[in-house]
Amino acid sequence: MTKNNLDTVGDAGTTPDVQQPWAELGLKADEYGRIREILGRRPTSAELAMYSVMWSEHCSYKSSKVHLSTFGENTTEEMKEKLLVGIGENAGVVDIGDGWAVTFKVESHNHPSYVEPYQGAATGVGGIVRDIMSMGARPIAVMDPLRFGALDHPDTLRVLPGVVAGIGGYGNCLGLPNIGGEVVFDSCYQGNPLVNALSVGKMRIEDIHLAKASGVGNKVVLFGARTGGDGIGGVSVLASETFHADGPAKRPAVQVGDPFAEKVLIECCLDLYAAQVVDGIQDLGGAGLSCATSELASNGDGGMRVWLDRVPLRDASLLAEEILMSESQERMMAVVEPARLQEFMAIAQGWDVEATVVGEVTDGNNLEVFWAGELIVDVPPRSVAHDGPVYHRPMHRPAYLDALQASVPDDLARPSDGAGLSVALLALMASPNLCDKSWITNQYDRYVMGNTALSMPDDAGVVRVDERTGRGVAISTDCNSRYAKLDPFAGAQLALAEAYRNVATAGAVPLAISDCLNFGSPEDPGVMWQFAEAVRGIAQGCRTLGIPVTGGNVSLYNQTGDVAIHPTPVVAVLGVMDDVARRTPSGWTTSGQVIYLLGSTADEFGGSAWTQVAHGHLGGMPPRVDLEGERRLGEILISASREGLVDAAHDLSEGGLAVALSEACLRNGVGARIWLDEVCERDGVDVFTLLFSESAGRAIVAVQPAEQVRFTDLCTTGGFAHACIGVVDDQAAALDVQGRFTLPLVDLRAAYTRTLPAIFASR
Amino acid sequence: MRIGVVTFPGSLDDHDARRAVRVAGGEPVSLWHGDDSLRDVDAVVLPGGFSYGDYLRAGAIARFAPVMSALVPAAQSGLPVLGICNGFQILCESHMLPGAMIQNDHRTFICRDQRLRVENATTAWTSDFQRGDEITIVLKNQDGQYVADRRTLDELEGEGRVAFRYVVEGPRALDDDKYDPFAGRNPNGSYRDIAGITNERGNVVGLMPHPEHAIERGYGPSLDGLRFFTSVLKSVVNL
Repeated sequence: MTKNNLDTVGDAGTTPDVQQPWAELGLKADEYGRIREILGRRPTSAELAMYSVMWSEHCSYKSSKVHLSTFGENTTEEMKEKLLVGIGENAGVVDIGDGWAVTFKVESHNHPSYVEPYQGAATGVGGIVRDIMSMGARPIAVMDPLRFGALDHPDTLRVLPGVVAGIGGYGNCLGLPNIGGEVVFDSCYQGNPLVNALSVGKMRIEDIHLAKASGVGNKVVLFGARTGGDGIGGVSVLASETFHADGPAKRPAVQVGDPFAEKVLIECCLDLYAAQVVDGIQDLGGAGLSCATSELASNGDGGMRVWLDRVPLRDASLLAEEILMSESQERMMAVVEPARLQEFMAIAQGWDVEATVVGEVTDGNNLEVFWAGELIVDVPPRSVAHDGPVYHRPMHRPAYLDALQASVPDDLARPSDGAGLSVALLALMASPNLCDKSWITNQYDRYVMGNTALSMPDDAGVVRVDERTGRGVAISTDCNSRYAKLDPFAGAQLALAEAYRNVATAGAVPLAISDCLNFGSPEDPGVMWQFAEAVRGIAQGCRTLGIPVTGGNVSLYNQTGDVAIHPTPVVAVLGVMDDVARRTPSGWTTSGQVIYLLGSTADEFGGSAWTQVAHGHLGGMPPRVDLEGERRLGEILISASREGLVDAAHDLSEGGLAVALSEACLRNGVGARIWLDEVCERDGVDVFTLLFSESAGRAIVAVQPAEQVRFTDLCTTGGFAHACIGVVDDQAAALDVQGRFTLPLVDLRAAYTRTLPAIFASR
Repeated sequence: MRIGVVTFPGSLDDHDARRAVRVAGGEPVSLWHGDDSLRDVDAVVLPGGFSYGDYLRAGAIARFAPVMSALVPAAQSGLPVLGICNGFQILCESHMLPGAMIQNDHRTFICRDQRLRVENATTAWTSDFQRGDEITIVLKNQDGQYVADRRTLDELEGEGRVAFRYVVEGPRALDDDKYDPFAGRNPNGSYRDIAGITNERGNVVGLMPHPEHAIERGYGPSLDGLRFFTSVLKSVVNL
């Protein structure tokens, strides 16, 4: 290396044999070889930094790419009808009617959140919100699917409060309502908590922006926060490497968030879009400037020249390589026509947002980066951003699966009398996964923006998009990873089915999905098989349901040592409603309404909450999937909502009918009288099975007495099993399952609400 | 009736406050923190949010914004001013109202539907209520614990300047039962359960909970928040 330790392109040509730290940067020997082949020389240290982050698992999807193409292959022309922007952009965009488009995506921030829970979770929110902004949209809501180790494990007490405070601290300060998500506890997440973050944004269809740098002479503007030393190599060091118990501390690789800077950046971007001064835009997230410059240039039609010493720094001692890799938050990069530059700068200044021209679009083919007047990067941008390595990793069905599936729950002791049933129900309601989560969700602002029509614990989050008409969207995220462990194909389809059902239960028409695929190490053939099965399950399921995958995120290496998490393909379904004021909430409100059970029940306890809570058991097969049936159930729920026949509806999932009835009672403190004998006879199951089995494709609804005929006609026409199982009764203040047990709501509520505060509330 | 809503960098509920003004029948006017003009408005709302990130201390930086140099004398001359959440913090920081807000005693952010009792229905922003009314609006804050020295608190009580108090649910006894973390206490540790106060003249009111989130059926816990805005529209007519 010459001149001030600078490693220039010229140096790389004259000193081909310099030893380079490719292994420390996470590259494999053959990957390093390929970089040399692409460039026809050794890379400079700056180029090596760029390739190492962009070719990391997190950025390049090198292990998952060959499977993810299944999504595209299963998307028919008909499914694309409402899809304005599909997989591959920062986030997918869907047409929701009246000229409105929404963009949404769910992403992971798992590893950083384990290392530094508060900042890891906070910057997870910040990152996904910038993805939404970079499509030209105003972010309108966030959601957080979370998974932690066992509730009573000491490390959960470290991780959970920090994650929740980080999500709240960032999202609340950003002014985005948090409208839903999940909180799941399972010891499989002990060393690998999952912190997924979803954001949704709205825009007029004509305002969609894309990440591309076109137009020779156009300026490349970096704006927002200054670049610092935080999060350097976060992508490669953190997200793509398995944790080792005795490894070095990895804290310096986690980014630090400033939500105030991001809030100002949102408003600034929206003003820039409104003034139409932005040609192309990209957020800076994982891999920072390396990613933004190479992706913008790769998607455009020319080259790009960047003067790295123009990048405003928080720490003047940063090296060029560090500036390229830094993951400092709250930064965006825009491509601006020279004639519009002055206006761009004036708008940014109005928000006190620092904006700097750091480069320009050229008529060449390469991305060139200069530092102190020397050329230190000269690469084909596509080779960095899009033509990374692709692995066909070996995969095979894990050997343990036969024994696991053979361990059916049929012989576990089941309660039969009323006392036993009510004890089982109380235990489920108090269990970590089914108990009241308001200690967590009350730390999130669900009201800001004034458009929230439903939020947790209702089945879906619902927000208004158009204040004039009430048009809006419903979103639900779901995954039962216990099902996915037993059968990843079925488990992924059940996640899809549940999210779909939740959106329909709220009264919205499902339009599209996004997914966050959380798995163990791709280097384990068993994990790779789980991944392929889950992707195939989602892709085929989407085809049956007729809704496309719009994008998402893959998070691999979620394992500690040899132990991987349960496969956790989190599915987010987005639906649309003409008027969200008509949404269907999940709780009973009015005495005398008639409760119907939709769908039929079989003896299906594999992976169920009851086997976990009562027996600590996981085995057998998950419930049977019938996506055609889910579609018909959805149609009934949506029509009933549109025609105003139902006042409440709630989907059946973990804990089955018993838990769904309890939740519907507790939502507003209104009781119900339930009779089950006829349905038991119809379905050929005992009352325990009817109450606790987790058969899919079921929901309960509260129908106005005068509308029963219209409602049952709807079910009959749809060819869907339905049965009247009770009435709402606000006098009783109890869940009364006639002839079996009566549980006062105070007892149910006590069981339901005590679990989390007992561990986390400081009082 | 023109009602100004100030936007500071980091204001979050400014859009919501303008919507509330509109739903109540007024004309919302956007005011900018960097502008020292109040654009001839008839009343001003300082909305919720995290002005300037609430770095240093909630409301401490906003106090020095150019718009405040116009607002403080106008309020002293009787202009109705409502500070909601961060707006209340700004009113305290700029000494338009006494006392201060510190972090919630349980040290976490809290968002919930909150019952309040109206203690003073004679201010510019509460005249559409009756004293003793119980209303439910949204509470959401990190730094919502109202504190002041005993003399100030006694003065506020003695002069009827406590405008709103948190309704405390359940018996006021601490026990081991964590069935409801807020049973027997107010949601942020505020002294004397104070949720909102007014100045002597009754034109400046500050409160932690958010009336602007309780104005439309289907989008909040009630319609109780609307009466804050209808109150001021009437009081402006009567000026």
